[in-house]
Amino acid sequence: MRKMIEGSRAVAEAVGLCRPDVISAYPITPQTHIVEELSQMVADGDIDAEYVRVESEHSAASVCLGAVATGSRSYSATTSQGMLLMVEVLYNIAGMRLPMVITGVNRAVSAPLSIWNDHQDTFSLRDAGWIQLYAESSQECLDMHIQAFKISEDDRVLLPVMVCMDGFILTHTYETVDVPTAGEVDAFLPRYDPLFRLDPADPITLGAYAGPELYHEIRYTMHRDMLAAEEVVKEVARDFKQAFGRWSGDVIEAYRCEDADTIFIGLGSVVGTLKDWADAARAMGEKVGVLKLRCYRPFPQDELRAALSAAKQVVVLEKAVSMGGYGIVAAEVRAALYGQPRTPAVVCAVTGLGGRDVTMPTLDEIYRRGREGETDFFAGLRAEVLEQS
Amino acid sequence: MSVSGTKPRRKPPLGIVTRPGSSLRNKTGSWGMLTPVFDCTKCTGCNTCESICPEGCIRHLEKKQYEADLDFCKGCGLCAAACPAGAITMAEQRK
Repeated sequence: MRKMIEGSRAVAEAVGLCRPDVISAYPITPQTHIVEELSQMVADGDIDAEYVRVESEHSAASVCLGAVATGSRSYSATTSQGMLLMVEVLYNIAGMRLPMVITGVNRAVSAPLSIWNDHQDTFSLRDAGWIQLYAESSQECLDMHIQAFKISEDDRVLLPVMVCMDGFILTHTYETVDVPTAGEVDAFLPRYDPLFRLDPADPITLGAYAGPELYHEIRYTMHRDMLAAEEVVKEVARDFKQAFGRWSGDVIEAYRCEDADTIFIGLGSVVGTLKDWADAARAMGEKVGVLKLRCYRPFPQDELRAALSAAKQVVVLEKAVSMGGYGIVAAEVRAALYGQPRTPAVVCAVTGLGGRDVTMPTLDEIYRRGREGETDFFAGLRAEVLEQS
Repeated sequence: MSVSGTKPRRKPPLGIVTRPGSSLRNKTGSWGMLTPVFDCTKCTGCNTCESICPEGCIRHLEKKQYEADLDFCKGCGLCAAACPAGAITMAEQRK
């Protein structure tokens, strides 16, 4: 059924349809509406889950870890500082190979305090062993959550999934979304059937000590399975199309990239702006295209190589930066292209930190500077502000 | 709806699931450098060493006779430090 709802509501409805057994979260802007909606749905008896209120995000993640370990389907949501507080547990969830889904609402990190959107929080978790999917629209948020449980719980994967959605831009915006029925989701997503679980009748320990003679191999197999998860992400997208009739998935999405000289890469909601900008630029005769990086971990290296090889230039929009290092996605794109027969120039443009709007003029500036030969820069810096430093 | 029995399941990921009893199989005594030596001529049989041992690896054999299980003793020396009779010394040689 098509509904005009807030992005947060779309996520809450999607999670409810996935029949979680345990939800635990701590409210933090701009994630709050998602967990408010879910706690209300549990209180009203609309979904048969236990909603565990906790005193911190560290506890929320710990509750979820324990719940999944006993074989429950589990869900949480957080953002920014809350996500950073969760980190220790998030590494454990991944390392114990416990499948679950967390909505990583994207928000800047302190200090200075900012409640507004960028990608610095979830990017700090890129090495944690979580699959990371970035959503462009409310519809994609909804679809991604339903797919995320199926990907995560697949025997071949058994890694947690973080569905990343831009704070406010997606969480607080009303859009029309197609909400599937409970029956449709039940048919697509069977009950979680754990491969192993804590059970007093058959006791096991999860994530016990592993000495130097074992740890190396255990982490290798985790990395190997993460790489192999790329195929499962694609497979689940195909299954989703079959079940719900819409193509909403895969690891990348190309928009007007055929014959493009310059391809912009973006993650999340900025891709919508990029598509509009590309349409306008194309109308002016510029051969530009847009590549949405939908699945950031595992990193779809081969897909990117194939999609970018014909371009002359690739421009990566970064809503995060590795301080003193580099633009994170650009560095990985450059690494993926290194040594290939054709290597387009890769431009890294940091933009939109702490909620700075990425507008059509911003993209004009980035495109112009890339064509002028700049390779690594912060777009839209305000000279009158910098003068104060 | 369960998929159990309808498709073959894979093995759990490497090294994640540990069955009970691993502490008995993993002989952690190899970490130790020192060994407690009991002098039964000084020992009063008070059981302090047995109760203070963090590994629980000291056994009371008979009245003034104790023995450390070197499969698990780390050589920490708590027993020697706590012995009121000064009946335990720490030797450098492991058996």
